[in-house]
Amino acid sequence: MRARYAYTLTIAIVAGIIVAFMMDENRTVSVLSFSLRYAVPLILAAMVGIVCERSGIINIGIEGQMLMSAFAGFFGAAITGNLILGTMIGVGTGMIMGAFLATGAVTWKMDQIIAGTIINIIATGLTSFFYSQGYVLPAITPTLRIPILADIPLVGPVFFDNGLFTYAALLTAVLLWVLLFKTIWGLRTRAVGEKPGSADTSGVNVQRTRFLNVTLAGGLAGLAGAYLSIEAASTFERGLTAGRGFTALAIMIFGAWNPIGALGAALFFGLANGVASQLQADEVIAIPQQFINMLPYILTIVLLAIVSGRVKPPAAVGKPYEKE
Amino acid sequence: MSSSRPAFRATGTPVLEARGITKRFPGVVANKDVSLTIHKGQIVGLLGENGAGKSTLVKMIYGLYSPDEGEILINGESVKLSGPRDAIRRGIGMVHQHFQLVPVFTVAENVILGDEPHNSIFVNMKKATAEVARLSEEYGLKVDVNAKVEDLPVGAQQRVEILKALYRKAEILIMDEPTAVLTPQETDELLRVMRGFADNGVAVIFITHKLREVLEVADTIEVLRGGQVVGTTTPEQTDQAGLAQMMVGRSVLLRVDKKPATPDTVVLEVEDLEVEGSLGLSAVKDVTFTVRAGEIVGIAGVEGNGQRELVEALTSRISKWKAALVCRPLKMSPSLSGREK
Amino acid sequence: MSVTDPAQTDLGFTDPDPQRGGRWTRVQAIVLPLASVLLAFAIGGILIWFQGVNPLEAYWVLFSSALGDIDGLTRVMEKSTPLVLTGLAVTVGLRTGLFNIGAQGQLLVGAIGAAWAGYNFQMPTLIHIPFAIAFGMLCGAAWASIAGVLRAYRSVSEVITTIMLNAVAIAFVDYLASRPLKEPDQPLTRTPEIAESAALADFGIVPSGFVIALFVSVFFGWFLARTTQGFRFNTVGLNPSAANYAGIGVKKTIFLAMAVSGALAGMGGAVETLGITGRFEPSFNAGLGFDGITIALLARANPIATIPAALLVGTLRSGAASLQFQTGIEPEVVDVILALTLLFVAAPIVGRLLFRKRAMKQTTVSSGWGGA
Repeated sequence: MRARYAYTLTIAIVAGIIVAFMMDENRTVSVLSFSLRYAVPLILAAMVGIVCERSGIINIGIEGQMLMSAFAGFFGAAITGNLILGTMIGVGTGMIMGAFLATGAVTWKMDQIIAGTIINIIATGLTSFFYSQGYVLPAITPTLRIPILADIPLVGPVFFDNGLFTYAALLTAVLLWVLLFKTIWGLRTRAVGEKPGSADTSGVNVQRTRFLNVTLAGGLAGLAGAYLSIEAASTFERGLTAGRGFTALAIMIFGAWNPIGALGAALFFGLANGVASQLQADEVIAIPQQFINMLPYILTIVLLAIVSGRVKPPAAVGKPYEKE
Repeated sequence: MSSSRPAFRATGTPVLEARGITKRFPGVVANKDVSLTIHKGQIVGLLGENGAGKSTLVKMIYGLYSPDEGEILINGESVKLSGPRDAIRRGIGMVHQHFQLVPVFTVAENVILGDEPHNSIFVNMKKATAEVARLSEEYGLKVDVNAKVEDLPVGAQQRVEILKALYRKAEILIMDEPTAVLTPQETDELLRVMRGFADNGVAVIFITHKLREVLEVADTIEVLRGGQVVGTTTPEQTDQAGLAQMMVGRSVLLRVDKKPATPDTVVLEVEDLEVEGSLGLSAVKDVTFTVRAGEIVGIAGVEGNGQRELVEALTSRISKWKAALVCRPLKMSPSLSGREK
Repeated sequence: MSVTDPAQTDLGFTDPDPQRGGRWTRVQAIVLPLASVLLAFAIGGILIWFQGVNPLEAYWVLFSSALGDIDGLTRVMEKSTPLVLTGLAVTVGLRTGLFNIGAQGQLLVGAIGAAWAGYNFQMPTLIHIPFAIAFGMLCGAAWASIAGVLRAYRSVSEVITTIMLNAVAIAFVDYLASRPLKEPDQPLTRTPEIAESAALADFGIVPSGFVIALFVSVFFGWFLARTTQGFRFNTVGLNPSAANYAGIGVKKTIFLAMAVSGALAGMGGAVETLGITGRFEPSFNAGLGFDGITIALLARANPIATIPAALLVGTLRSGAASLQFQTGIEPEVVDVILALTLLFVAAPIVGRLLFRKRAMKQTTVSSGWGGA
């Protein structure tokens, strides 16, 4: 049933886009590009959530991971003078924080919500404490324009003329889908998240799988954070992540813990924000700025309200595994 | 009662032997100096009350625990099992009492988990499906290889558990209370399948507390009580009463002496009860019955057929139900008890 | 649990029967929070040392400026008042198995609600003050109930919704204070000043808001330990299915607990407005919500213990400004110290270090999202 709603919605959206494109090419392309860029950190962060939850671990600290990585990535790039190095530092930071969560959740069997919250609080504290003004990025993220494909009307300029992070995000979603559903790692990971007892008696090392998955997924959070400070904002501000880590969880649920589903949900979310922002900028709708600011958060809540209880999470998620 | 097949004759080295196994847990000695021998093609029935130590023993054979004293020999060679993976590698398979299957996976996915046929990192599902289908065919374990386990009835799920062990080329199959969740018909089917394994050379350790089954299918019966072996026998040499006595340590009445019931006034009357279940479908439909004071009304059925919903509706745990009549004419007084009547 | 399925919760430490577990449990209940704080200070000290300042000197400045004189004490109590109340808000939630991270947002709407009740009406003081506070509590309760309804009736994890509602609240009160509720004839985003009759006076050096907070703590200590409704909260928190089986309306209880939690946070905002700021200005300290969590966990979800925990945090926050002034250390070091405190309180690090095998089970809010 849900699939039918999704199809109808998608068709309606696509139709709407085509109509808008025919009415005003430039604006439509710019809104769509904005939407895609808005969706990039959400896509990556949702992938983090998917990997963690499919392994059975709730990661509520994605926000903190992103924030810390944005910080480290930005200052890393600014200090070393190298964007790539900065990005790698960001990714590494995400992984380190992932390892913290893994230690807390898997090794110490802590309550996972509290562990994630602690990561968020520590990230906020540390990034505020060590924040300094006056640092600049050495360069702008290179964009990649794919010839021929980028010339396709509408789709071209939106999808095939972007910064590298954007391509990375799209590829990651597709790659993760393949990994999760077609490989040995994916089968075992899903078993660990659904019924760890079964995986255990089949010889899969539950704790090690969870630990590694959560740590590596942190790398994706790191990439998302690095994107925010290096490509999107080109700077670091306190609170840069602005709740995206939580929105990503809603997107993960809305996408039914499926990377492609989450990709779609993230794009939809980006589109909603893009359209709302454009309408407000054009003063088509006279809404005070504060309400536009509220929009992503309200939308997140609405998404969750619609979807909760209707989609099944991995059955063993959140429960530390104890051998019998 | 004797079974209608030739008596088993043990030849050669036992495929598995447990000698002098002792296992202690805080506050209790689960197994004390327990020994067990099993040969290829032999079915050993392990009998005992709850807590007698049967599960603990087989868990040690499967590598989930290690014995405090004693040793385990496989094909005459003393081994120290590091875990289930090790045991599986050595040809020991276990069908758990509480199934360890992933509900959302298909039968094939469940069977191959941990030992997947693959091309580099990719799972070769075609090969997996074919292999599982072949095994299912060969051992007479009928199951739809592509069905999701959560959609299968309990009997079929158990067959998947068995297939898991067979897929890993188990030579020794441990079955922990396999008939606990089966209907009588499914039980007969399972016993027949077990015979088939034995005929194929697989050794089967069959844990149960049901006397009829063990007499019917086992070659050897070993009885545990209080963590110790109190007797080893064969179906030819004993009967239900004898086994019961060994299990419990005193004579056991296998029949309940009960005077006929004298039902009194109606205390509950239910007519055309319909209860909505968790999926929005009717879990209970058109149920009518009466309960009188002084009688026991039994509600029978395999788990998942609406009994729980019936009771929950009547005790107001569920709110989505309707009936033509639910009548509780008599208010039960707290002093009313069977004995007084 | 995933974010969609808030299931079992297990508050191992709020064992209503402290006899069980014996001496070790009670010893640990006090030692662990203390040790966590000390360890956090130690690590914070290292950070301070890296900045070229003697940590002991820094801590001395921190505490002496906060507590060294009468004014300082008053300030500490002022700062601690909303902390006690948000700590209680989180505590009530935790007891019922809920993680209310939205105390900050609930506090904000409570604050602006109380401000409106304060400036929009003329009443005798004896009526005006309770009315304004009650209105603030109502606003806080309503705000929290959004998350509460979603959690109780749609199984949406309150963890995400309350965080989202925080952000919405910040934007919303900013809108209110800049448009409909704005003080006319001046450019700043703020409400008019409250009427004299609504202002909370001090009891000598003790702010009346603090006194209110004390009373409320004691009340909730009693409520959770001795009343039927409190028992319901506890039971739902310990084992929702057992609660359901015992006939406790789990959904209603969850909804009620979130509402009460929000009311407490709203009261924190109301008391802040009526007693300290005299109007609503959106410049509230962002850390209040998270501090509430730290306080609640330090106090191990015990309402009475919330008071000393809040005082500790209040002292730190109060002294932070002087710290920067006198030693140049950023006030954010307090954020780091508090974050570390939270870490050590919640993670079984300190317990394992000190008590090894006999370490108590740690706090858990959700053995699954309930789902997350």
